[in-house]
Amino acid sequence: MSCNDNSACGGCNARPDVLPNTHPHKDESLLRMERMPHIWCPGCGIGSVVTAFTEAVKRSGLDMDKVAVVSGIGCTGRVAGYVNFDSIHTTHGRAIPVATGLHLANPDLKVVVFSGDGDLTGIGGNHFIHAARRNMNLTVICVNNFTYGMTGGQVTPTTPGGANASTTPYGNYEYPFSLPFLADAAGATFIARWTSLHSRNITQSIEEALKHPGFSFVEVITPCTTLYLRRNRLGDGVDTLQYYQDNSILKHGADTRDTAIDFQGKMVVGKFVEKIKPTYLDAVNATCAKLIGDDYQLYGKTPPEKDAEKKAAEEKAAAEAAGATAGGAT
Amino acid sequence: MSSHEIRFSGFGGQGIIRCALITGKALSLYDDKFATMTQAFGPEARGSACSAQLVVSDEKVLYPYITAPGVLMALSQEAYDKFSGGVTEGGTIIVEADLVKVKDELPGRTTWRVPATRFAEELGNRMFTNLVALGFFSAVTGVVSGEAMKKALPGLVPDRFLKINLKAFERGYEHGREALAGATK
Amino acid sequence: MTYVTADPKGVDAGPHFLDGDHALAEGALAAGCRFFAGYPITPSTETAERFAERAPEVGALFIQMEDELASIAALVGAAWGGQKVMTVTSGPGFSLMMENIGLAVMTETPMVIANVQRGGPSTGLPTLTAQQDMMQVRFGSHGDYNIIALSPDSPQECFDLAVEAFNLSEFYRVPVFIMTDETVGHMHEKVVIPPADQIQVVERNNYSGPKEDCRPYNFNRQGGNPMVRAGDGYRFHITGLTHNEKGYPAMTPEQNVKVLTHLMEKIDGNAEHIIRLEESEVEDADVVVMSYGITSRIAIRAVQDARKLGLKVGALRLITVWPFCEKRVRELAPRVKAMIMVEINYGQMVRELERVVAGRCKVVSVNHCGGAVHDPQVILEAIKEAAQ
Repeated sequence: MSCNDNSACGGCNARPDVLPNTHPHKDESLLRMERMPHIWCPGCGIGSVVTAFTEAVKRSGLDMDKVAVVSGIGCTGRVAGYVNFDSIHTTHGRAIPVATGLHLANPDLKVVVFSGDGDLTGIGGNHFIHAARRNMNLTVICVNNFTYGMTGGQVTPTTPGGANASTTPYGNYEYPFSLPFLADAAGATFIARWTSLHSRNITQSIEEALKHPGFSFVEVITPCTTLYLRRNRLGDGVDTLQYYQDNSILKHGADTRDTAIDFQGKMVVGKFVEKIKPTYLDAVNATCAKLIGDDYQLYGKTPPEKDAEKKAAEEKAAAEAAGATAGGAT
Repeated sequence: MSSHEIRFSGFGGQGIIRCALITGKALSLYDDKFATMTQAFGPEARGSACSAQLVVSDEKVLYPYITAPGVLMALSQEAYDKFSGGVTEGGTIIVEADLVKVKDELPGRTTWRVPATRFAEELGNRMFTNLVALGFFSAVTGVVSGEAMKKALPGLVPDRFLKINLKAFERGYEHGREALAGATK
Repeated sequence: MTYVTADPKGVDAGPHFLDGDHALAEGALAAGCRFFAGYPITPSTETAERFAERAPEVGALFIQMEDELASIAALVGAAWGGQKVMTVTSGPGFSLMMENIGLAVMTETPMVIANVQRGGPSTGLPTLTAQQDMMQVRFGSHGDYNIIALSPDSPQECFDLAVEAFNLSEFYRVPVFIMTDETVGHMHEKVVIPPADQIQVVERNNYSGPKEDCRPYNFNRQGGNPMVRAGDGYRFHITGLTHNEKGYPAMTPEQNVKVLTHLMEKIDGNAEHIIRLEESEVEDADVVVMSYGITSRIAIRAVQDARKLGLKVGALRLITVWPFCEKRVRELAPRVKAMIMVEINYGQMVRELERVVAGRCKVVSVNHCGGAVHDPQVILEAIKEAAQ
C-alpha cells in the first residue's frame, strides 16, 4: 500500500505507516485498515473515542513505534485490534496488569489501556485501583456506556440506579461507581471526563493524559444504542448526543465527590485532577539509588538506548581498527 | 556410611534456626559432608518450642527429616521436655544450664549442661547465647569441626557482630573441650 | 536450541547453603530473568523475597502485584516488552493464575512459573508439603493446551531446573512450570552455582526481519519461532482469541485446528527432546518405582532397601513430569511385573501411568494425602507385594 492521493500530499508515494506525523494520510496508518469493517454498531460511541485517541497521539508528538495499546474483553476491548500500534488484546479485566508488565519491561513505551466500564471496574476493578495507587505511568481510557455490550446488555458497576439491564430487568437497585471519584480516591494523578459528544475535549484530554507522567485516567460517557438505549427506551444515538448536550455541566477542577451520574441526570464533565507526584518507577529508582549509590543504573534504560550504546562502541572499535590499518588516515 | 541426626531446639527468638543454618553450612561447605536442614513453619513455629533439624551424612541424604536424633540441643525447658525423650540410646543431650532443669538424666544418653546465657552475658549480650551453645556442641559432639563452623559464620550473622559471635563460639568451644577432658579423666 | 553463556551480573557463583525457594530465585537470575511479578503465599514467598532483594544489584525489577491474576497478566505484558519473566506461587494462588496461564499459552508467551506445592484442597495445609497440583498444572486452565513441567528433588535442582525451565520456555514459547513442594522449597542444602561461563542459556529470539514479513506466530508445530518485541516498530497485535499467524482474530473451526494442533504438537512432537528422566537399575527390574520431586528421594531409599532384600527393583525419576514419558513407559511395561507410582496426592500421575501402560503390567499407586512425605517402609511393602 502506498500514498496514492497525490492531491493532498504532492505525491510522496510513501507507505502510510512510514509517513511523517504531519502528513495528511497519517490517520489511515493509525488504524489497521485491513481489519475493517469493525464490529461496532451504528451509533456506538467507541469509534468517536478511537478517533480522538489517534488524533491525540498524532498531536502528542510521541514516536508511534513506542506507543502500545492494551485492552481487555468487550466491545471496547476490540480497540487494540483496530489501532496500528503494538497491541495486546488480553483477558477480561486484565488489561491494566498486562499493561503494567509491558510498561515496566520497557519504560520507553507509552502504554495505553482501552477498556469498557465493566471490564475496567467490574472484573478488573482491583487492578484499576492498585495501578492508580502506585501512580503507574499508564494512560487508561474508559469507554463508559453503562452496560456489558458484547454479552448482551447486563448491569455493570456504573449502570445508574433504576436503569434497566438484562440482568436487572426490573431496574437496577445497586449503587453505581462514579469513576472519577474512584480514581481520585485510589491515587490517580490525572482525571478527566467527557461524553462522546465532546470530541475535541476528549482529544485534548487524551493528549494531556499521554504526556502526563503517572496514572492518567480519561472517562468518556458513550451511548450503547443496541442495548442500553433500546432497553431503556432512550431513542437512538442522536437523541443521546442531544441528552449529552443538554445535561453536561462543564466544571474543570470539580470535586470528584460531586461527579455521580443519576439515570438520565446531569453529568459533570471536565478535567478534575492534574497533579504531579513520583511515578512507580520514579519511586523504585529513588529507593534503589539511595541504597546502592552512584553505581546504581536506573531501571528502565531501554533496549534502543542499549543498542545505540553497543552500536556506538562497535563503530568506535571499527573506526579504530580502520584507523590502524589505514595508518591513521583522517 | 556414617550419618547423624541433630535437633536444635529452644524458644522463638533464641536463634535456633540460625544454629541449624550455621551447622548445616559448615558441614556441607567446609567439612565435605552432606547436610539437609529442615524446620517447622507457620503458627507451630512461633512461640512455644521451636526446632530445626539436620540430617548429616557422608552420602547424599535421601530422607530429609530426622527420625531418630542422636543429638539434641535444648535451650529451653519446654524444648527439653518435648524433645529429650526422642533422643536415641547412646545419644547426646546439650542443655542450657540455667534455663533447663534436668530432674533425672535419661539413662543411656549423655547430658551436658552449658552455661551459655551466662557466658554470653559476660561477653556483653545474651543474644550470643546460641553461638556459645554451638561452640560447646561442636566441641563435645565432634559432629562438625570448629574451623568449619567459624568459616560458616560470615553471611549468617550480621557483619558488625561477626567478631563477637566468633568469640562467643570460641568461648563455648573451649568450655566444651574442658568439659570433655574432665569427663574422660 | 542455541545457547550463550549467562550474563555474569545475575550469577552469584560459588557454593551456598540455600533452601529450594531461594535457589529458584538464583536460578532465574542466572538464566537472565529480569522481571518478577508475584503475590506472597506460603510456602513460596521466599523466592519472591530473594528476587526482590537481589533485583537492584542485578538490574532487574520486582513488583508485588495485587493478586495472582495480576501477577501472570504482568508477566504476559513484560515478556512481550522483551524481558525474561517469572513468578512463583502455591495452590490457592495457582488456581487464580489459571486464567492468564491460558492467555500465555494461547499467545505463546515464554514465562516460568514455580508452584511450591502445599496440601489442599482450598487453603488446606499452608505450611505442609504435597504434590496435589500435578493434574492442575497440565489441565487447569480451560481449553486444550500443552505445557512443560519439571520437578526438582533438591535445592540444587531448583537452581538447575530454573535455568532449564527458562531455556525450554524461550525455545518453545510456552509457560514452563517448576512443580516443587514445601519440603524442597523450605529445606536447606548445599547449592553450587557455577560461574557464568559454565551456565548455558537460551536468549530471547526477537524478530528483526522486514516489517511486511513480521508474524508473531508460525503454526509449524515446532519450537524456535521468534517473538516480536514491543517498541521495535513492527506494530504487532496479539489476542487470546483464536488467531491467524498475523495475530489477528480468526475465529473459525478450521483456524482452531491450526492453532491447537500447533500448541499441542510443538510439545508432544518434541517430547523426546524435552523429557529428562533419571533411572537406576531399571534394566533388569521386575518392578519399577516411579516418582518425582521430593518423593523420589524417599522412593529411592525404599528401592535401595528392597535391593538389599534381593528384590529386582529399579527407580525411575521424572525430572520432566509433563510431557509424560510415554515412550519409556511403553518400552518398560511389557518387560516388568509392575510399575509403582509414588506421589503425595490421592493418585494423580498414576492415572497417566495407567493410561500408557494400558494393562500390559500391573500398576500400583502408593499415594499419600499430603502434609508429610511417605514413610519409606510403606513404599518398601508395596515393592515387596508387587514383586511377587
